[in-house]
Amino acid sequence: MANLVEIRDLRVAFDGVPVLHGVDLEVAPGEALGLVGESGCGKSVTWLAALGLLPSKASVTGRVQLGETDLTGAPQSALETVRGGRIAMIFQDPSSALNPVLKIGRQLCEALRLHRGLTGAAAKTEALRLMDLVGIPDARGRFRLYPHEFSGGQCQRLMIAMALAGEPDLLIADEPTTALDATIQAQILDLLARLRAEMNMATVFISHDLGAVAQVCERVCVMYAGRIVEQGSVGQLFEHPRHPYTRGLFDALPRLFGPRTALVPIPGTVPDPRNLPGGCAFQPRCAHAQPFCQSALPDLLPQRDGRKLACAYPLPERGQGGERQAAREGVFQ
Amino acid sequence: MTALLEATDLVRVYTGRQGLFGKAAPVRAVDGVSLRVMPGETLGIVGESGSGKSTLGRMLLGVDPAQGGTVRFGGTPMPERATPAWRALRARMQMVFQDPLAALDRRLTIAAQIREPLEIHRIGDARARAARVGELMQAVGLRPDQAGRYPHELSGGQRQRVVIARALASGPELLVCDEPVSALDVSIQAQVVNLLRELQREGRRSMVFISHDLKVVRNLCDRVAVMYLGRIVEEGPSELLFARPRHPYTRALISSVPEPGRPLDGRVILQGEPPNPAKRPSGCAFHPRCALATDVCRNTVPELRQTDPEQTAACHHADGTAASRAA
Repeated sequence: MANLVEIRDLRVAFDGVPVLHGVDLEVAPGEALGLVGESGCGKSVTWLAALGLLPSKASVTGRVQLGETDLTGAPQSALETVRGGRIAMIFQDPSSALNPVLKIGRQLCEALRLHRGLTGAAAKTEALRLMDLVGIPDARGRFRLYPHEFSGGQCQRLMIAMALAGEPDLLIADEPTTALDATIQAQILDLLARLRAEMNMATVFISHDLGAVAQVCERVCVMYAGRIVEQGSVGQLFEHPRHPYTRGLFDALPRLFGPRTALVPIPGTVPDPRNLPGGCAFQPRCAHAQPFCQSALPDLLPQRDGRKLACAYPLPERGQGGERQAAREGVFQ
Repeated sequence: MTALLEATDLVRVYTGRQGLFGKAAPVRAVDGVSLRVMPGETLGIVGESGSGKSTLGRMLLGVDPAQGGTVRFGGTPMPERATPAWRALRARMQMVFQDPLAALDRRLTIAAQIREPLEIHRIGDARARAARVGELMQAVGLRPDQAGRYPHELSGGQRQRVVIARALASGPELLVCDEPVSALDVSIQAQVVNLLRELQREGRRSMVFISHDLKVVRNLCDRVAVMYLGRIVEEGPSELLFARPRHPYTRALISSVPEPGRPLDGRVILQGEPPNPAKRPSGCAFHPRCALATDVCRNTVPELRQTDPEQTAACHHADGTAASRAA
């Protein structure tokens, strides 16, 4: 099947400082893809660049293909029909993404008018249906309320409703549950998983929360310092991470069950994009690094089991040596 | 052994207003909370936003005055806020905040900021203070050459280390940490959590650790108190509480933590939102969201009572039958 979105060699630089170093990414129709990494690794920038949402001081090169359309260098008018129409995006802080001085109903109707040409009663009916769909109780009674009259979790539901207004093929959710309480986070994750199944809409889920990604995604890309370092199915990556950084992210997570032990942090900090180390960007923090890693930048190469990996000395494959058991215990404690 | 910190029946009421000219309505942010922290013990306080956990943390230090109830520190009542006696006591109890950039003065070098508590509490002379700052920086894992840096020159994790070093400067017996690792990335969060673990181990320092992150709380705390709408609804040793929660809210909280390898289905997903503290539901405040709620829950406020030798829960259905029915 043809890919819905194909990103090839996407590079972004702010004021001449490169922050994204050639990202290749594809999203299949209906697929749920997770993008994981720490702050500053470029997971949000990838999609902001793809949709032309970065400020003009950013220089973007590469190719972003949506079906037959090439989005890079496309005129603003073309991008405007794509954004919200074919690709919708929701953000971390829903209350700042909604207009505080407009009633919710009006904001939803505006999205419906722009993307579907619905007006008047038809728009209102559809807006109410969307509010129902995302689980806003008493949609009719709350149609005329302002954003501040809704809680954080409900504002995020409304954002999702607005994103769905254009019947997009792809929903990009950028840390959609980070600002929410644990019980509300569970509700929103559940909602996103349900909507994707019902509407057969591809989802890109950007998050630093490995647990949340594991629950809603099928495929995961792990990013570090502006590059994808490991890519594979959720099962592959979470049961048996092979890039030392992916493994490090798991080891650094405290566990909810099992014995309480000291965490295994990744030493050091994420490198400054103005001052990247030579060779592999993760090498100064990596316990497996060899002198070779300081000089050569590993490419993201396909592996036998179907995943892609950018590491010269990865953790052994499944079934090789004693590490396997240790890795499983580490991940599933 | 006497408790280092003992709070009895703490109450804090804020006056909230509905709209600009609306009637003032009291909001009971903390509503009759009692707890004890033994020397060397770490107590975790978990709950969702609006549960009153941060207000409680400030009340324990006397920063936020209590409208009812008492706090005893080291066996004696906490002096009135802003009195000399209270200020002197503050050397023995310190606070670590969530946002280190907001907690630090951006015009002072980090060495000057770590030294400040020593100056305020008149500890040592100039030479002793300089030595102590060096010691503290080493203890929290900052390099000596970073002493002259300003907060904006450091990463988030390093800034949080500065805040922790500053809190430790006066050698406090009690450290209240309010979401100290929530703003940090996973790999850095683990570094700071391990630092706090080392601090626990090396001295008889007590800690109150306020967080919404159950995984971190379980990793750090000896005992955990779960708050819902200003009240403690369950308390117990953290191993037991996480393995065998008695209150339906605690069960839902634990179930809502996404963990790699645990499937989405089969989780208890709570319906509804945490209620508005200004409109506390009658009876058990959790009843509108609770699957076990019956008439008694709607009418009678459940008292915190013992369910297991070391565990207490405030639920009418916290006995064995209800727990097994829900499981």
